[in-house]
Amino acid sequence: MSIFKWKTDEFSWVDFTIDVLRVLIVLGVVVGAWNTLSSGRISFAQWVNLFAAGLSQGSIYALIALGYTLVYGILLMINFAHGEVFMAGAFSTVFLAEALNRTGFLNEQPLLAILLMILFAGLVSMTVAILLERVAYRPLRGSPRLVPLITAIGASFFLQYTFRGLYGSGFKAYPQVKILQGVISIGDINIPIVQIFVFCSALILMLGLYWLVERTRIGKAMRAVSENKEVARLMGIDIDWVIMFTFGVGGFLAGSAGVINGMFRPQGVNFFMGFIPGIKAFTAAVLGGIGNIPGAMLGGLFLGVIEAIGPNLVLAGLGIPGANQLKDVIAFTMLVLVLIFRPQGILGERLSEQKA
Amino acid sequence: MKRLFLLLAVLTMLIGLSAPALADGHCMDALGCVEVAPDDPIVIASILAMSGPASFYGADTLGGIELAIMGRDGMLLGRDIELVEEDSFCAAEGGQAAAQRVAADESIAGVIGTTCSGAAQGAMPIISEAGMLMISSSNTSPSLTNDDADAGGTYYPGYFRTAHNDLFQGAMGAQFAVEVLKAGKVATIHDGDPYTEGLAVVMASVFDGLNGEVVFQGAVSKGDTDMSAILTEIAASGPDVVYLPVFVPESEFLVSQAANTPGLEDTVMMTADGSFSATFAQNTGEAAAGVYMTGPHVSGDAYDAFLAMWAEEQPGGTDAPPSGFHAHAYDGTNLLLDAIEAVAEEMDDGTLVIGRQALREAMQAVENYDGLTGTLTCQEAPLYNGDCATGTALAVFEITEAQVNEGAWPPPIVWDLSMSMGASG
Repeated sequence: MSIFKWKTDEFSWVDFTIDVLRVLIVLGVVVGAWNTLSSGRISFAQWVNLFAAGLSQGSIYALIALGYTLVYGILLMINFAHGEVFMAGAFSTVFLAEALNRTGFLNEQPLLAILLMILFAGLVSMTVAILLERVAYRPLRGSPRLVPLITAIGASFFLQYTFRGLYGSGFKAYPQVKILQGVISIGDINIPIVQIFVFCSALILMLGLYWLVERTRIGKAMRAVSENKEVARLMGIDIDWVIMFTFGVGGFLAGSAGVINGMFRPQGVNFFMGFIPGIKAFTAAVLGGIGNIPGAMLGGLFLGVIEAIGPNLVLAGLGIPGANQLKDVIAFTMLVLVLIFRPQGILGERLSEQKA
Repeated sequence: MKRLFLLLAVLTMLIGLSAPALADGHCMDALGCVEVAPDDPIVIASILAMSGPASFYGADTLGGIELAIMGRDGMLLGRDIELVEEDSFCAAEGGQAAAQRVAADESIAGVIGTTCSGAAQGAMPIISEAGMLMISSSNTSPSLTNDDADAGGTYYPGYFRTAHNDLFQGAMGAQFAVEVLKAGKVATIHDGDPYTEGLAVVMASVFDGLNGEVVFQGAVSKGDTDMSAILTEIAASGPDVVYLPVFVPESEFLVSQAANTPGLEDTVMMTADGSFSATFAQNTGEAAAGVYMTGPHVSGDAYDAFLAMWAEEQPGGTDAPPSGFHAHAYDGTNLLLDAIEAVAEEMDDGTLVIGRQALREAMQAVENYDGLTGTLTCQEAPLYNGDCATGTALAVFEITEAQVNEGAWPPPIVWDLSMSMGASG
């Protein structure tokens, strides 16, 4: 796609408008950033802090986004109940975390305790995701694409209110782990330890997923099913099992994201907590190129950083009042812009007719 | 001539006395009447946040209503009292939907509600149009009793409240910040809800009036978990006090993340009754210690008796009220029931007739009512239409280690308006 296409080809109002939009956006970003940076309102150390917080938030988005992308890659459906899969793990594990905190185990053996919590949350979310696939999606496989989409939305409500019934409507919070408190100082830059923990554990999980998909037998089967279900079946791959496995892997990642999120932002654990991260992670998956695994990781990190830095850098510089409240506006504007300018996402390739 | 005049005067008085509801057995009330057949109960409704994040407020208020009804053995004028419960979810749409269901039921004499100010803005146009009255025990947004639409007022006739107007609470926060904390610069944060925005605006303007400097006024969105962007911006503006009258869990995120934001580690955090719950301190953790809260404070023998009754009856299954507006709900319910008792008239066939306009007038006439929350007088000044509370049942609390680690509640009181240097003002 060449920039300023209308000059060379036949004139088109659509291309013209899109190009004007493109110029305006770049101009807005440059002017806003220039105003903010030249005012010196926010110091370099503070920018680094914002960036680090954005990176941590982004790694949580990325972990959830992987669930969207894995399922889309294999079934070409958007599992809108995936935010609730995240909630299931996070909400269930808060009780385990409280118990571990009461007995003192959490602060005596913090790494072991966190590992235990991640495994537990992963298993809960995995179970929910597999049940979801078995009960809500498998019977509808082969029906028009709108049908599973609507079902996913219904399943999302069902899960929210089931968990409200199980654990109540109040807010819970993860206990704070002592070794994760405090900061690492480099000069006058202070990075909270918990943010480093979040980023590293997300990285480990993502590397694990990469290994699983690229280096194992089942990974090969997943790629084959994603490529062409019928041929994969002819090669003797049990498609139902592979699809269920994919849901399970996505669920496990979402559940672990729930615990990692609980370490990073301990408060606000309730039945509705999966909604916004779910939507954000979906945005991240589309940003990176839905169906593309490294794309989801990159999209998540990118979205987290843009959200953290965008309002202060661009919007405040343009003199927009209440810039911080527009954080979500930035996230979803990114989604719209990506859909206009690069529908395949950052790393996505154009989908073939059969997939699209 | 003189005799005729006297006769006319007597007639006028007679009509005047009986006219609000009845003349020859027909309803003469300007807004219509509620007719209660001989064996039917007297019906009142509640529109509260019974589900969602603010549901602990709803449970708190409902307990107050139930105890007020139990306090009369469930009877009024020889009839049973029936309570119809509606859920408003703490949102304008929820308040609107609940109000439509209530307005469709002509047997309902009056409403206790809503929990959240936003819900009241959705509900009041419908309640008012239906000729009903609504008494809120926890709406505190100033706009609800302000009848100047140009100044953001959203008052509708028929609205009353026993909760304090935020004009009192925001001003109190500002006075505390200036007089006790000796703060020179303040930053305020709201979350877009009329309640939180109203408080933040009032606090800032009173603080400004007391020669303080308002260095930042901003907002977060409900559902935000990452507050680093706004906190960084606040840190850059260098306030002494951050005033964040938002709800849980946003207040929990703000306070706990501020403790790790360079430049805000030692800044004093103040919040208001939107975060007034035992879980705030426990969920926020160590960072909550030292946070100041303005909130409802009720004391006295009558209140102790109320708490004893709560512990015995356990409305909603809790030993103690889950939040701070139960006493306001108790007073509000009693005011409503008293008003019904005062204006209801019994016809020959035993039907009770309650004039809706008469009911509103009876509420408007409440003066020096001795309630749990102090002396109540329903006011009419342009800013306080239907404000029955006088703002004395408020205090500043400080969260301590005991609230964070042991779950003790409520926190100790550190200040109230009687300690203010400008108490007379």
